Amino acid sequence: MRARRVDPVNVANQVVAGVLTGLVYGLMALGLSVIFGVVRVVNFAHGEMMTIAMYATVVLFAALGLDPFLAIVPVALAFFAFGYALQSALINPFITRPEHSQFMLLVAVAIIMVNALLMFFGPSARSVQLDYLLESIELGPLLLDRGKLYGAIVACVTSGLLFAFFKFTRTGTAIRACADNYLGARVVGLNVKRYYAFTFGLGAACVAVAGCVMVLLVDVTPVLGPAYTLLAFVIVIVGGLGSMGGALLGGVLIGVSEALAGLLIAPSAKSMFSFALLILVLLFRPQGLLGKRA
Amino acid sequence: MSTNDNSTSPRRRRVLQAAAASAALSGLGFPAIVRGQTGALKVGVLLPRSGVQGFIGQSCQKGADLAPGVIKEMLGVNVELMNADTESNVDVARTRAERLIQEGANVLVGPFDSGAAAAIAQVAEQRGVPFVINIAAAPQITEQGYRYVFRNFQTAGDIVRNGLDLIGDMFRSTNTVPRTAVFMHVNDTFGQAMAKGIAGILPQRTQLPFRIVDTISYDPAAKDLTVEVGKAKATRADFLLLVCRLNDSIILRREMVKQRWYPMGVVSPGSPGMYEEQFFKSLGKLSEYCVSNVPWYNPKAPLTAVVEKAFLKQNPKDRLVFHGLNVGFTFEAILITADAYRRAKSTDPKVLADAIRQTNIASKMMLGAPIRFNAKGQVEGIGSACIQNLNLSPTVVLPADAATAKPVFPAPDYKPA
Repeated sequence: MRARRVDPVNVANQVVAGVLTGLVYGLMALGLSVIFGVVRVVNFAHGEMMTIAMYATVVLFAALGLDPFLAIVPVALAFFAFGYALQSALINPFITRPEHSQFMLLVAVAIIMVNALLMFFGPSARSVQLDYLLESIELGPLLLDRGKLYGAIVACVTSGLLFAFFKFTRTGTAIRACADNYLGARVVGLNVKRYYAFTFGLGAACVAVAGCVMVLLVDVTPVLGPAYTLLAFVIVIVGGLGSMGGALLGGVLIGVSEALAGLLIAPSAKSMFSFALLILVLLFRPQGLLGKRA
Repeated sequence: MSTNDNSTSPRRRRVLQAAAASAALSGLGFPAIVRGQTGALKVGVLLPRSGVQGFIGQSCQKGADLAPGVIKEMLGVNVELMNADTESNVDVARTRAERLIQEGANVLVGPFDSGAAAAIAQVAEQRGVPFVINIAAAPQITEQGYRYVFRNFQTAGDIVRNGLDLIGDMFRSTNTVPRTAVFMHVNDTFGQAMAKGIAGILPQRTQLPFRIVDTISYDPAAKDLTVEVGKAKATRADFLLLVCRLNDSIILRREMVKQRWYPMGVVSPGSPGMYEEQFFKSLGKLSEYCVSNVPWYNPKAPLTAVVEKAFLKQNPKDRLVFHGLNVGFTFEAILITADAYRRAKSTDPKVLADAIRQTNIASKMMLGAPIRFNAKGQVEGIGSACIQNLNLSPTVVLPADAATAKPVFPAPDYKPA
């Protein structure tokens, strides 16, 4: 009954698809990693924020016919402002409080977001329908999903820009100083709270970019958030919490492992392998593949 | 004083005895008879109106919403709906069923999902409240010896038998002889039951020319089916035999196009998804030529005309054909409860369950034999039709006497592997 032979072309196609999907996953997890790396707050509303960005993209497409790739700019700017305000007004007072207080705060924010989406948009799935999303690019025997390919390119560009920002700009350097030594940063006169808010805004903008790209790959529903929050956690723990490169690496590893597990073992066991990978990393390299030991 | 006390004591005892008798009768349902003669039947409607099955749940809800009006005209019975959303979640379905019973539901109807139906059936049986399943096919639900659980829908075995026979009819009708199929199915309760049914029944259908070269199960809540479709394409099967839900069928169809896989056809031996309105809305022309062999409504039945009129009144922008199965079976489930209530003249659960067991409704909307429950609470003889998506509409192509068009197979975009 069952076909036993594995077609190498199919394996190659699935690995490539896994890498492309993984890069988009990595982009999604990048925001989580950036925020934690600097502010030391774990954003438990991460998936929900991405869901809102996906809805924003759908609305812009439906109302103005704006392509999701063009929607990245206004959605990311809006999310930067939203993230900045959220950190300044709500999260900053919790910075010095116990972690369980931060957890409860952000879970509450996540629940409010899900229910607000349900109220505004209802439970139905929504999507952006563009002809090019059904196209593939032929590269020898490989078929590259155009939507995933573009999404992966956006992921790489965004990560590169973010890396350059932190490495080569004065603000980026100041933010890294705040992350490395909170007290020292305050002593030299840096406005740490402002830089924290700026960082949260950057993380939120990353989430927004991920949302604009993700809407090309999956239909959006209000309850999509928790699954992606969990996925983002798995990715950043595998890659190393706080490491930007780790987020991308973790995403690619999860994407490829899911693809290969689905192909070689059973498609319904895909997510099982993501979590198996997570357990292995926690056992043998708890700081993550590219994370620094505490 | 003492005399007075003595003289009043027997009276007091009699009053107390009468009260106790009344309380006992209350437990036996006597006051329910009084209530039943004057009040409305409270029907708890459990449907997945949100979550992964949200579209179909909302489609079923349309059948529930029109039922009170139509039934009032047909039977003179007042039906009061108590709606609950199962959120496409088995645990939520169970707790919602509990709550509906606590809030006074006389009977439960729903829930378009085998997993949820199995959970609600346990609650209904424990609490002794009749439960009429609108749509759910897992055979085991009516194999447990339950006394309060009834199903007016085909079991997975019946769906598979009818579905495979219709596939054979379609091949004969189009003079095609596909040799291989790849079987993909959702891995939920319904999908597993269907897979088991196909594994058991297909070998007996020796007239069917094809064999299954691979079986691929997947999560119905999957957001990405790249691997699954890639695996199916690699089998080079002539056609795809698919047991799906709605969202996954849309994702799967898109993925087939992305991976440039154009088999002879996508044929469901009996599952939701490809005849739903959202399938057409999401996919447009990509929805064309998909085939679903499913229990369907009889467009020529007088009751269909009544239901369609009420449907269009409530949903002027909709067409019944996109909701026929969901609306039809949900409406019939509520009709069964109202018909039983009319005969029983009681909301007492036991009396109502006995009346449901005696149901005999010949004038019905869905294809097949009259609605009569067997000893297990299962209606037998429900018919199926071969529905093909033609001109962006689900169209009956088989059986020939109910068909409004001829089947198209292989699909025009077929490219041999």
